Amino acid sequence: MPRKIVKSKFFVEENEIETIGEVSAEKYKDWENNDKLKIVGKPISRIDGYDKMSGTAVYTFDVELPRMAYARILGSPHPNARIKKINIKKAKELPGVLDILTSENTQKIPWYNETTVLFDPHVRCEGDEVAAVAAETEQIAEDALKLIEVNYEELSFVISAEDALKDKAVKIHDSGNIVGSKPAEYFRGNVDEGFKEADIILEDKFTTQVEVHNPTEVHCSVAAWEGNKLKIWDSTQAVFGNRHTIAESLKMPESEVTIITKYMGGGFGSKLEAGKYSVIAALLAQNTGRPVKITVDRKQMNLIMGNRPDSVQTLKAGIKKDGTLTAMTLNSVGTVGAYPNGGGCSGPIKGLYKCLNLSTKEYSVMINAGRARAFRAPGHVQGTFALESLLDELAEKAGIDPLDFRLKNYSENDPISGNPYSTKLLREAYQKGAEAADWYKKRKSPGSDKGYLKYGIGMASQIWGGTGGPPANVTVKLNRDGSVIILGGTQDLGTGTYTIITQVVSEVLEIPMEKMQTIIGDTSAVPYGPQSGGSITAATLSPAARDAAEQIKSKVISGASAVLGLPEEQLFYKNAMVYTKDDKSKSISIPDLMNKMHEQMFVANGMRNANPEKYALNTFGVQFAEVEVNTETGKIRVIKIVAAHDIGRLLNWKTCENQFHGGIIQGIGYALMEERLLDDNTGKSLNPNFYQYKIPVIKDIPEIEIHIVSTGDKLLSNTGVKGMSEPATIPTSAAIANAVYNATGKRIRSLPMTPDKVLNALYSL
Amino acid sequence: MSDKAKPKVFSRRGFIKGIGSGVVGGYMVAPAIPKISRKIIDEIEKEGTNKEPLSLKINGKKVNILVEPRTTLAEVLRNRFKLTGTKVICNQGECGGCTVLMNGNAVFSCHLLALDAAGTEITTIEGLMSGEKLHPIQEAFAEHDGLQCGFCTPGQIMAAEAILIKNPKPSKEEIIDGMSGNLCRCAAYPNILKSIIAAAENNK
Repeated sequence: MPRKIVKSKFFVEENEIETIGEVSAEKYKDWENNDKLKIVGKPISRIDGYDKMSGTAVYTFDVELPRMAYARILGSPHPNARIKKINIKKAKELPGVLDILTSENTQKIPWYNETTVLFDPHVRCEGDEVAAVAAETEQIAEDALKLIEVNYEELSFVISAEDALKDKAVKIHDSGNIVGSKPAEYFRGNVDEGFKEADIILEDKFTTQVEVHNPTEVHCSVAAWEGNKLKIWDSTQAVFGNRHTIAESLKMPESEVTIITKYMGGGFGSKLEAGKYSVIAALLAQNTGRPVKITVDRKQMNLIMGNRPDSVQTLKAGIKKDGTLTAMTLNSVGTVGAYPNGGGCSGPIKGLYKCLNLSTKEYSVMINAGRARAFRAPGHVQGTFALESLLDELAEKAGIDPLDFRLKNYSENDPISGNPYSTKLLREAYQKGAEAADWYKKRKSPGSDKGYLKYGIGMASQIWGGTGGPPANVTVKLNRDGSVIILGGTQDLGTGTYTIITQVVSEVLEIPMEKMQTIIGDTSAVPYGPQSGGSITAATLSPAARDAAEQIKSKVISGASAVLGLPEEQLFYKNAMVYTKDDKSKSISIPDLMNKMHEQMFVANGMRNANPEKYALNTFGVQFAEVEVNTETGKIRVIKIVAAHDIGRLLNWKTCENQFHGGIIQGIGYALMEERLLDDNTGKSLNPNFYQYKIPVIKDIPEIEIHIVSTGDKLLSNTGVKGMSEPATIPTSAAIANAVYNATGKRIRSLPMTPDKVLNALYSL
Repeated sequence: MSDKAKPKVFSRRGFIKGIGSGVVGGYMVAPAIPKISRKIIDEIEKEGTNKEPLSLKINGKKVNILVEPRTTLAEVLRNRFKLTGTKVICNQGECGGCTVLMNGNAVFSCHLLALDAAGTEITTIEGLMSGEKLHPIQEAFAEHDGLQCGFCTPGQIMAAEAILIKNPKPSKEEIIDGMSGNLCRCAAYPNILKSIIAAAENNK
């Protein structure tokens, strides 16, 4: 199969990466639209459904090995402190305790970009790891934690960006509190000139909150040594990434480390990196000579297992009277917790609209709180809220309908690079969405409803990467009985990866899915594939799966040609059989063919093709939100969301629609209720649990209508699939905020829009 | 075992007190104490006397075990009986992930001491199965994709089953009300609702 080495650029989360690698150079015939396909695009029930329904699916949380010990982690009770002394004597004497690790007896394995080590004597947030205990039972391990005596020297702490940026601020690290020591900056055109051209200029400040992932399955690992080889069952979105980090941390070759994630209970980005707990479990397992299962509890999940940075965004934009944007600037500050991460949000403002003059300046600021981790569309959710709110304000000032305003500033090409898009169906999405939401009819004069219940409709657009790229591999093995085993370098966090990969192979080979087994998430078994993040999985893996399946098909035809003694041009493949074009009586099934060839198995490794050069690769969409605002209680109820998105080819309507639901409802949580709160006086979290950190429940769901306006991105890959999971959540909170304005005539520029903020907006002078 | 310590009514305390005196071998001749398995005796001798006997039915099967008083029902189900279908998500009775049925009622198994389940009938997600065959409500969830990552799903299904046991033809509002104690971070709620409505419809 033809191969070549190419450079490919694409976005993973907010980062543009460039890979150089081997890709499939085979150009397969473009697939027709889904209505002509048999399996792809169909609402196939997820193949892991039985395991999950029956309760037999074994998640990392459920793994049990013979003689397994249990480990728990002790975290700092202080937001900033130095450990003066640790006394583990009493804890070690508790019957059933097997081993205890602390900063005093553990190797200093660097972590978080070498800004700290596994157990750092300087703890920088509530929950920062201080010690770990392995014991016969989880209960004994927890009891032991309470017996560990730690002398802390409490230090002053800082928990707001404003304070962290002051000259005399408490330094989280010696290098200061700004990640990279300076803001990230971007310019294009001439912003001053742009504002001079403007007829209307608006500048506003928007704030968003820290949001915590809180997947249902806590972060956990089971580490087991077999001689020098380490096997870790992990709940992770990145088996290969974790293997690399853990092998490097333990100074082992990657060939000796295996990471396994068969099923996982959610991630949303919090499981995209290796956890300290996995290395801790490996060390405890080494010391005790027993497999060790380590888990964190829900409080630790809220404290230190990741969050979406908050943001304070000062946004300024200028337009001409007709609504054309002339200049935009964004100044943002986001807190990322005690160790480095990215707290920017300039993606939307840079890429969504045509605007020649633009500048952004983003500070990622460290504070004494749990470190941020990528959370479903990092940056874009915060940035879209502010941008789409300000543009609505500008549209109103210019007397233009918000949707017409977006269309006025539609960018045919990528505003950043100037390149054309491989596909962009945002206009189609606007049209379809507006029609489905009855936008023009339902728009009303803001706050014009009589009565205490006010209704309104609002909209917001969305841009994201999510188109994936090489390298990624899928191996397909065709057994002599015509059944298939698929090995995919990826993992399934509930997105339906198992199912969509199988669908692609089934489509090509015309072998029923029931005769296929798909194995993913095991670094010892599957070939390399990327993390399940950035909405790249379907877009990256589906072409590799198609490549592998097409190769298998080709092998079958070649084999049949040899066995039947006919040239390949006279043969065709259909429904797992090879037929002769002229003489229908001459045909051969796969089992017969393999038998005659004395073959046991055909194996083919498929690879993701290169991305087209000089094209911008993006997904787009728009959401329309209808809300009811109770002006007596300040409560907002989302009544309906209409979403219209361009996601390339749809692989599976059931799993896709479900993910749209999920993203939209998470967007509602972000818009209305979720917020991590820290106590100003103690620096500790006020709501590290589900009772006080409110996430949406089934009562909060609106009516949801999803429309996919795209059929496939032919330039992008041999399947034309783009990602959709993050696009699903990006515009939701912005659409809701704009709807609230339409309903009440009051603009709320701070998320979450809790009742107090609504009432203040309605009634303050 | 001393003559004084012959319990009239077989009580947990009396039993443990008697055994704790160290004369384990002697119990065999005391008529008031019913037959206790060797396994439990060994366990008491090994673990000490801080465990209490517990008798209940799990998925139709009667079990007799010893538990520490602080052990939760979820811990017994998962650790003792390896019924890992029931998940622990918050371990504080806030999210419904650990929902099982106790005498047909939905309870949060992480928030229930195992001893408080004494004498009851517990049904877990595994208990809905008939051999390898899915229960109609499990099938409805599979058919209507009432899940994404699946971790909260056993709890959702048990809570739904609790509603349907009491109210085979619930309205949409009654379903939403009854399910509002089960969190799903993937937010698969619309399909969860759809699945339960379908399961109810199949309850002819």
